[in-house]
Amino acid sequence: MSIQITIDGQPVVTEAGENLVDVAAQNSVYIPTLCYLKGKPCLGTCRVCSVRVNGHFTAACSVPVTEGMQVEVDTAELADMRKALIESLFSEGNHNCPSCEKSGRCELQATGYEVGMVVSRFPYRFPLRPREVAADHIWLERDRCIFCQRCVEFIRDRQTDQKIFAIKGRGTAAQIEVNTELANRMPPEQVREAADICPVGCIIEKGVGFNDPIGRRKFELQSVRERALGEEES
Amino acid sequence: MNNRIQAIIQRYQTDRTRLLDMLWELHHLYGYLPDEALSELADGLNMAVEDVRETSSFYHYFHHRSTGSYTLYLSNTVIARMQGYQEVLDALERETGATLGEMDPSGTFSLYDTPCIGLSDQEPAMLVDEVVFTRLTPEKVSGIISQLKCGRSPEEIANPRALPKADIAYIDQLVGTNICKAGPVFFHKGNDFPELLKNCLDAGPEAVIAAITQAQLRGHGGAGFATGLKWKLCREAPGATKYIICNADEGEPGTFKDRVLLTRSPQAVLMGMVLAASVIGAREGIIYLRQEYIYLKAYLEQQLQLFREQQLLGKNILGRADFNFDIRIQMGAGAYICGDESALIESCEGKRGTPRVKPPYPVEQGYLGMPTCVNNVETLVAVTRVMQEGAEWYQSLGTEDSRGCRLMSVSGDCQRPGVYEIEWGTSLNQLLTLVGAEDPWAVQISGPSGECVAVDKGGERRFGYGDLSCNGSVMIFNRSRDLLGIVKHFMQFFVDESCGICTPCRSGNVDLRNKMERIIAGRGCQQDLDEMVSWGELVRSTSRCGLGGTSPNPILTTLQQFPELYQAKLTEQSGVLLPSFDLEAALQGNERARIELTHHDYIPRELIQDPETEK
Ligand SMILES: Cc1cc2nc3c(=O)[nH]c(=O)nc-3n(C[C@H](O)[C@H](O)[C@H](O)COP(=O)(O)O)c2cc1C
Ligand code: SF4
Ligand code: SF4
Ligand code: SF4
Ligand code: FES
Ligand code: FES
Repeated sequence: MSIQITIDGQPVVTEAGENLVDVAAQNSVYIPTLCYLKGKPCLGTCRVCSVRVNGHFTAACSVPVTEGMQVEVDTAELADMRKALIESLFSEGNHNCPSCEKSGRCELQATGYEVGMVVSRFPYRFPLRPREVAADHIWLERDRCIFCQRCVEFIRDRQTDQKIFAIKGRGTAAQIEVNTELANRMPPEQVREAADICPVGCIIEKGVGFNDPIGRRKFELQSVRERALGEEES
Repeated sequence: MNNRIQAIIQRYQTDRTRLLDMLWELHHLYGYLPDEALSELADGLNMAVEDVRETSSFYHYFHHRSTGSYTLYLSNTVIARMQGYQEVLDALERETGATLGEMDPSGTFSLYDTPCIGLSDQEPAMLVDEVVFTRLTPEKVSGIISQLKCGRSPEEIANPRALPKADIAYIDQLVGTNICKAGPVFFHKGNDFPELLKNCLDAGPEAVIAAITQAQLRGHGGAGFATGLKWKLCREAPGATKYIICNADEGEPGTFKDRVLLTRSPQAVLMGMVLAASVIGAREGIIYLRQEYIYLKAYLEQQLQLFREQQLLGKNILGRADFNFDIRIQMGAGAYICGDESALIESCEGKRGTPRVKPPYPVEQGYLGMPTCVNNVETLVAVTRVMQEGAEWYQSLGTEDSRGCRLMSVSGDCQRPGVYEIEWGTSLNQLLTLVGAEDPWAVQISGPSGECVAVDKGGERRFGYGDLSCNGSVMIFNRSRDLLGIVKHFMQFFVDESCGICTPCRSGNVDLRNKMERIIAGRGCQQDLDEMVSWGELVRSTSRCGLGGTSPNPILTTLQQFPELYQAKLTEQSGVLLPSFDLEAALQGNERARIELTHHDYIPRELIQDPETEK
C-alpha cells in the first residue's frame, strides 16, 4: 500500500511496512547504521541509527513505516547522539586503526569518519580482551568486537544449522566465542562471509589482511554514505 | 554417555526452549555446570556448546566452576547496607572462611552477594541454596554457619519442625509477610472462585473485557498499560494458540509486594490467569517466578493442584468441553532484565533474557511466536477483584486518572516497613505518616529505575499515573544517609543488570557509574556534572528497552532534587589539568615500562593470568 511520510519535513511516498533506513536511503537521506543489514531481520543492537519518529527517539532500523509518520534525522541533537554512540563503541573496546587488518574496510571506522568523530568524548577503558586463535581459518580479535550480533544471528553451520558464533557472559565480561570444530568445517566462502559480515575487524580470516593498498581500500573507493545511498539507486 | 543427562533431555523431549529448566536440573546434579555436562547437553539438543553457554552464562545463579556444598547469597541492597549488611558480611566471611565471590578452601561454602531478593522489610537477608534467612545479625550468622558445619542442612536449621514445604506455615517460618495495611482490593478473604468463574464464563469474554476496561484497570507492573486493551488485542491477534504469563520476576530493588500476594492470595492470582485464558483463548499459562522466590514454589504447585481439584484448571474446566487450560511454573535464574516482558518471554524460551526488538509486540507475537499476554501478579489479583465486585465498585476507588488501589512495599527509615494498600491519590506525606517515617529526607519511588523525591519539596505529590506513578517500591532515607553513595550503588546495579545487547546501556551506564565515583571521590568539576546530564539523556533516549530508558534516573533525579549535594563535592580546576587527571598515576605506566625494558625476565601480569581461569 502506498503511503506518505515526512523525513525532515520533506514528503516521501513509499510502501507501508518498508524499513525506515531503506526508505530514507531511497530518498537520499543517509542514516548511519552498524548492525543493520538490508534484507535481514533487524538486530537493533548498535542504536547508531537513532532518529525521532513522531517525536520519540527510536532506532530507525527497527521501524516499519506507516502512514503519516514524521521522521527527524538531520537535527543537531540527533547527529550528536549518533556520534556519541559511535564514540562510545570506540572507548568501550580497543581500536588501533593503523594496525588493524580491517582498516579502510571497517564500518565502524568509516561511520566514525562520516559523522565527523575525532576522538571519543568518553574515557577510553582499555579493557583486557584475550584474542581467540584456535580455529584453522578464523581468529577473533576481541578488542574490536562491538557486540552487534551479526555473526551470532546470521552465520550458521550448514549441516546442522547450529550457531557457530555466540556471546558468553554479559556486561563488561561479555565476549564473543566461536566453536572451533564448526569453524573448521566452514567452506572458504563462508569464512569470507563471516569476516565480511563483521562490521569491524573482530572476525579475521587467517592469512588475509592488509591486502588492499592504502588509498584503494573499500571505503576509500566509495564512502560508507555513498554506498548506503548508492546501492539503492542502481 | 551420561544417563542422567540423557534422562534430563528426555524429560524435556529434546525441546531446547526448555533449556533453562534443563540447566537447572544439571545444576542440581553437580552443584554447577561442568563443561563436559554442558557439551553433552548441547549434543543432545543439536546445539553448539557455545550456544548453550550463551544462555547459561547470562544468569547470575548459574555457576560454571564448582561451588561449595552450600551456596550463600547475601542480599546487597541499599536498605541492607543501612541495616547491618557489612557486619553480616564480615561475619559470613569470618565464619565460613570464604571471601565474597569465592569458595572457602575446604569446599564447604561459596559466598556471593546478589541484588535485592525481595525482602527489604527484613534485611539483612540471605539465601542458602533454596532457603532464606532474614533479619541477620553477626550472632545469627555464627549460629547458622556452625550448624551447617555440624552437618545440619539449611532446611533443618530454618525449619526445625519439619513442616511440609507446600504449607503456608513453612513460608511463614522463613519470611514475614508484614501486611501493615490491607484495603478493599487486595488480600480479600472468603472467595468463591468456582462461582466467579462460572459467572464470567456465562457472561462471555467480551463482557469480561468490557468490565475491566470500564474499571479503567491499568497494569501494576510499571508501564501502566490498560489491561482491558491488552486482553482485547491479544484476543483479536491471529494465532494457533495463545499464552498468558504471570510476571512474578519482581526484580525492582525495594519491591516485595508480589511475594506477599503470592503467599497470601495465590488463588486470586491464579484466578486472574484463568480469567485471562478464558478471554484471550489460552491453553497454557506460565508463572515466571524469580529464583530468589524458590521457597514459594512447592506452595504454589500445591495451589495449582487445589485449583485442578476444583476443576478450575486442567481439561474441561468447570465441565466446559471447550475450555482446557493449565499453568506451569518457570523458574528464572537471576536476571533483573527478565522482568521486562519480552526478555521474560525469551527466558521462557530457554534463551538469554534479551529484550526483543519491537514491533512485533508480545500480544501479537510473544511466547513461541504466539500472541501472549504478560501481566503482573498484582494486576491479575485486581482483575479477579474487579470481576468479583464489578467495574463501578473499582472505579469508585482512587482518582480520575488512576482508578483503584495499589500495593506499596515500604522499606528504609520508618517504624513499620511492610506492605501497604493505598488508594491512588494518596500523597507521599500521607504514606510517610502511615508507615511511621523517621525524619524522612529523600524517598526513592519505584526503585532505582524510578525517581528520588526530596520530601520537603515533593511531600505533597500524589501517587497516580499522572504524577508519582509508583511500581510499588518505596525506600525511605533520613538525613543521616549517604545519598550519593546510594546513587552509585544504583548505577552499579544497572551496570550489573544491563543485558548488554545495546550500546548506550551496556557502555553508557559504565561511564555514568565511573563519573559518580569520580564525584564522590571529590575529583569532579562542573564539566563532569554537565556530562553526566548529557550522557544520561543519551542513554535514556537511545536505549532499546526500559532498563536503559530509566537507568540514568538515579543521577538525573538526585541532581535535580539535591543539587547541593553534588555541588559540595566539586573541586575547582587549577591550571590546565582537569581535577580528575591523576598525573602521578598516569606516569606510573612509564615507570613500569622502564622496569619491563630493563628486566628481561619480567613478564607482564596480564600475560601470566589467563582471564579465562579467573571467571
Ligand atoms: C527492566 C524492566 C524490568 C521490569 N520488571 C518487572 C517486574 O519485575 N515485574 C513486572 O510485573 N513487570 C516488570 N516490568 C514491566 C513488564 O515489562 C511489563 O510491562 C509488565 O509485566 C506487564 O504487566 P502489567 O500490564 O500487568 O503491568 C519490567 C520492565 C522493564 C523494562
Ligand atoms: S575494527 Fe575498525 S575501528 Fe576498530 S581498529 Fe579496526 S579499523 Fe579501527
Ligand atoms: S564478532 Fe563482529 S559480527 Fe560478531 S558480534 Fe562482534 S562485531 Fe559483531
Ligand atoms: S537498554 Fe540495556 S537492558 Fe535494555 S536491551 Fe539495551 S542493553 Fe539490554
Ligand atoms: S543499525 Fe539500527 S540499531 Fe544498529
Ligand atoms: S600509532 Fe603512534 S606513532 Fe603510529
